[in-house]
Amino acid sequence: MARMVGLASLRSSRPGPDPGPHGRVPEAPGQARGGRNRAAVWLALAAVTFLSGCASSTSWGWYVIDPRTPSGWTNIKFLANGMGATILISLIASAISIVLGLLVALPGLSNRWGIRLINRVYVEFIRSIPLLPMLFWVFYGLPIIFRSMGLDIPIDPFWGAIITLAISDSAFTAEIYRAGIQSIARGQSEAAQPIGRSYAQTMRYVILPQAIRRILPPLANQFIYIVKMSAFASVIGMQELTRRANELVVTEYRPLEIYTLLILEYLVLVLLISAGVRWLERRMGSDERG
Amino acid sequence: MTDTAIEMIGVNKWFGDFHVLKDIDLTVGAGERVVVCGPSGSGKSTVVRCINRLEAHQQGTIRVDGIELTDDPKSVAAIRSEVGMVFQQFNLFPHLTVLQNLMLGPVKARGLSRAEAEARARKYLDRVKIPEQADKRPGQLSGGQQQRVAIARSLCMEPKVMLFDEPTSALDPEMISEVLDVMVELALEGMTMVVVTHEMGFARKVADQMVFMDAGEIVETGPPAQFFEAPRSERCSKFLSQILSH
Repeated sequence: MARMVGLASLRSSRPGPDPGPHGRVPEAPGQARGGRNRAAVWLALAAVTFLSGCASSTSWGWYVIDPRTPSGWTNIKFLANGMGATILISLIASAISIVLGLLVALPGLSNRWGIRLINRVYVEFIRSIPLLPMLFWVFYGLPIIFRSMGLDIPIDPFWGAIITLAISDSAFTAEIYRAGIQSIARGQSEAAQPIGRSYAQTMRYVILPQAIRRILPPLANQFIYIVKMSAFASVIGMQELTRRANELVVTEYRPLEIYTLLILEYLVLVLLISAGVRWLERRMGSDERG
Repeated sequence: MTDTAIEMIGVNKWFGDFHVLKDIDLTVGAGERVVVCGPSGSGKSTVVRCINRLEAHQQGTIRVDGIELTDDPKSVAAIRSEVGMVFQQFNLFPHLTVLQNLMLGPVKARGLSRAEAEARARKYLDRVKIPEQADKRPGQLSGGQQQRVAIARSLCMEPKVMLFDEPTSALDPEMISEVLDVMVELALEGMTMVVVTHEMGFARKVADQMVFMDAGEIVETGPPAQFFEAPRSERCSKFLSQILSH
């Protein structure tokens, strides 16, 4: 929004102060009715103040991403092209994390403490490592370990980012699974005893279908978290959204506009995910109610 | 099937320090109906849950249809496949339809084809008199209907023994009789049943043997006529006067 209004005012504003459409807005307080109206007026005033800053001047330079100029359009395309990598990294990392998380969660539900210990050690250890150091360790450190084992497995920025995000997230996913599975009443697995031939069948046909529905919202949270944390991949040279923004800032010297657009790109991505998850929740929710 | 369906000899069980079952001896003949009653916390549910290993006993011997119940998962699986269980809280699977609830066991554990399993499921839904609810979800049914589905779900596994753990305690009063009617019919067909319940009318009608438990012990057993008319122990007569007085 801010960008669009900013762009719209470009023509008139660049030569001098903008008397333009904003001039009428201060009359709004006269029309205020009740608290909600007053709040709307204050919001409008704040927006006007903010935008007149954009419009007036030297501090904003939206031309750098103005789609009507060839260079602006090129810049926008350059920035948006990182979207594919961000989405792909996030999707693959989440998929791995969702499988890995379940594999880590299951030992945590065992009756035997020795088996539960596997889960505890993994979760406590992995979730204590900050993402950035883990990223450095995987990208710069892991290939050395591979080489010392005689394996020639290069780790490029793409897979380095995925491995790091997936492992780091799996500890949280595991805890989500454990909570979800434990929240299914004990009677469900008791009733499944004579019916499922094995633990795996009880899990697959009785417990997990119910647990998944409950843990969908926190899993979606984790997915959004991964999308945002994928920005860290920029520091190991992955050409995703943030990396591209950084590179453009270095050549254009317009951090404010470019990072604003970057934030909006993440906003759009996350809103789309939210909408998708809501749809999925509705579908699965109605499933249970019949 | 041997003449003895269930045999418990000197069974002891503790929950931590709490001695919940004390030297339980109980024999249930094939085709026999045993009703277990007693005050809450007396261990009657635990007895039933030990029979299909939902709880493990620590001392003594339990045999079901001649198979001894041990830590060996094979013995546990063998016994569970012969024993059906109906719970107080129904424990139907809420994410599946009634028909799917009934078909899951026969398809997954018994290896029936879907068509065979569906035919069997519909047969038992008829038996519990709710064939029209096949495609609903448990949440759409009344408590009485849910419990009848739960009974049908157990019957679909064609067990040799049926265990009932307070099957009517979670039901509204007007729904109790529809569940008891199904259970009476089952009893008349010769099913071996162990029923934990306070429904003494049902007990008089179908029980071959009454068992009264208190504080983890079997205090008194006997045929219903003698049990209700002339209880030998004071604890039992006091309990009966309490639950029969209203």
